[in-house]
Amino acid sequence: MRLAVLAAVAWSVGIGAAAAQVPDAALLAGACQGCHGATGEGGHGIPSIRQMQTQAEFVATMRAFRANERPNTVMGRIARGYTDAEIAALAQHFAKPQP
Amino acid sequence: MNATRRAVLAAIPAAFAAPRIARAQGAAGRVVIIGGGFGGASAARFARDRFPALDVTLIEQSRTFTTCPYGNLVLAGRRSIESITFTYDRLAARGVRVIHQRAEAIDHAARRVRLADGSAVPYDRLIVSPGIDLRWGAIEGYDEAASARMPHGWAPYVQPITVLERQLRAMPEGGTFVMAIPDNPFRCPPGPYERISMVAEYFKRHKPRAKIIALDAKNGFSKQPLFQEAWEALYPGMIEWRGASNDGRVVRVDPAAMECITEFGDRVRGDVVNVIPPQSAGRIAREAGLANQSGWCPIKPATFESAQVPGIWVIGDATIAAPMPKSGFAASSHAKHAVACIAADLAGRPPPPAVFFNTCYSHVGEDYGISIVGVFRGGDRLVEVEGSGGISPRDAQLPPDRRAEFRRLESLYADGWYEAITGEMFG
Ligand SMILES: Cc1cc2nc3c(=O)[nH]c(=O)nc-3n(C[C@H](O)[C@H](O)[C@H](O)COP(=O)(O)OP(=O)(O)OC[C@H]3O[C@@H](n4cnc5c(N)ncnc54)[C@H](O)[C@@H]3O)c2cc1C
Ligand code: HEC
Repeated sequence: MRLAVLAAVAWSVGIGAAAAQVPDAALLAGACQGCHGATGEGGHGIPSIRQMQTQAEFVATMRAFRANERPNTVMGRIARGYTDAEIAALAQHFAKPQP
Repeated sequence: MNATRRAVLAAIPAAFAAPRIARAQGAAGRVVIIGGGFGGASAARFARDRFPALDVTLIEQSRTFTTCPYGNLVLAGRRSIESITFTYDRLAARGVRVIHQRAEAIDHAARRVRLADGSAVPYDRLIVSPGIDLRWGAIEGYDEAASARMPHGWAPYVQPITVLERQLRAMPEGGTFVMAIPDNPFRCPPGPYERISMVAEYFKRHKPRAKIIALDAKNGFSKQPLFQEAWEALYPGMIEWRGASNDGRVVRVDPAAMECITEFGDRVRGDVVNVIPPQSAGRIAREAGLANQSGWCPIKPATFESAQVPGIWVIGDATIAAPMPKSGFAASSHAKHAVACIAADLAGRPPPPAVFFNTCYSHVGEDYGISIVGVFRGGDRLVEVEGSGGISPRDAQLPPDRRAEFRRLESLYADGWYEAITGEMFG
């Protein structure tokens, strides 16, 4: 599992200048909290993202949104704005710790 | 440990207290924030949660904050003014020193903010988020006195939305509602069109023969195809929108006659007239030398530090931050980044990567919501991430059996957004 996340970070190399910088997870998470709530708890139909998935699952979910392979109203448009490294950092912030 | 400190610790949600989320240890310092709206309140909360070593003071002139977002739902009759009004008690309980006074001046040489009562608040770093001022007189005849007859409903700290609400309720059936809408840049690009929609929803239910005439100083607007598609479906024949090339630009108003006068001299009379005038950054920002000749404040896109006065960060509607819109979500995104940059600056570290975010939901009718999303990065310039963001799909882009559900979900998620972002600020 941990390997998958590390691999996700590695794949991001070459996505652009932004990926060259170390993402600031808590700062990136600020955008998500504007809808998912201060602790990611969700509400009014917006799902909870607080420790709901493992990090690998979280990364896979975000990638599926990015590819529009998972039904969504808004997450596809959002996920396409972030690099793999940033998504890995967000997974670390919101998802379950690896077993 | 004193009582306040215990209260602060108790208020930290479990997720933040969890050891696996590293809380940045930072240098200490006095951060003072002017304006307790979307930018300022978000900055105060984020600073407390993330950088406990910072000493945070919030200067806000009012005891309560009424959001602009969801004000249009008050016009529709869906929401009460009380349900969109918040106090600063929770922020204070989290350890923010809240001072309810008007900031009169910024002395940047001495690093002090002077308050209305003459006292001074010293700072190491200053965040300025005063929102907008309305430019009285930019439309001839539209001054503060005129706004009592022709309300703007665009800045709750100047005039509550209930002034316009009362006029709409008193309007006779079959009457005309006229709106004057400004050119860019202005607060909340989709806001006027959400307002048209919410007033139409109210008319449909209570005054079905009423008409809406929107006079616009622009030739196009945010989420235009989505709004117009929805208006045709939900309110056929009720709404007339006139853009600039169709003589939509209002240059003068006659409050006694309840008339808007356009560029080419057309006089448009309304039973209720809502004038949204041109705007500028809030006065305190302009007087402190933070604005340029445009009336708005240039910032460094990598940090949101003022491009004109070092040591002061400007955020929210007051800034020149295109392509980001002047929205509450954008203000909260600026806020968090500015706080992180200030913490880094105080600790002698480089600023974090600049990634900004916005979503604006709009309600267009019952169970009918639409949205626009943007992810932005700041370096020498602010740029939107290519291939990301954009507006909700149009009807033709959705399978017919999914359309109604998609619009219903977005109106539901809009409520989720409102609760989440106001919870972050005031919860
Ligand atoms: C009808 C309408 C609908 C909207 N809907 C949405 C929406 O759905 N989503 C969205 O993201 N945005 C929306 N917005 C936009 C949003 O309201 C603004 O972008 C947001 O409020 C900007 O935040 P700010 O911090 O710059 O200013 P504000 O939130 O206006 O806060 C400024 C604060 O500073 C205080 N202040 C000013 N000067 C001083 C001083 N000298 N001393 C002390 N205090 C001072 C004021 O009292 C005020 O509380 C909407 C706006 C309108 C008008
Ligand atoms: C504008 C509101 C909004 C913002 C901002 C937002 N989300 Fe979402 N999120 C949603 C909604 C709504 C859904 C349900 C899927 C959909 O309709 O797009 C969702 C679903 C998800 C899911 C799937 C949860 C599940 O169990 O199905 C994940 C993971 C997620 N979001 C992560 C994020 C992350 C990470 C961010 C920040 C980069 C973020 N979201 C920002 C509204 C938002």
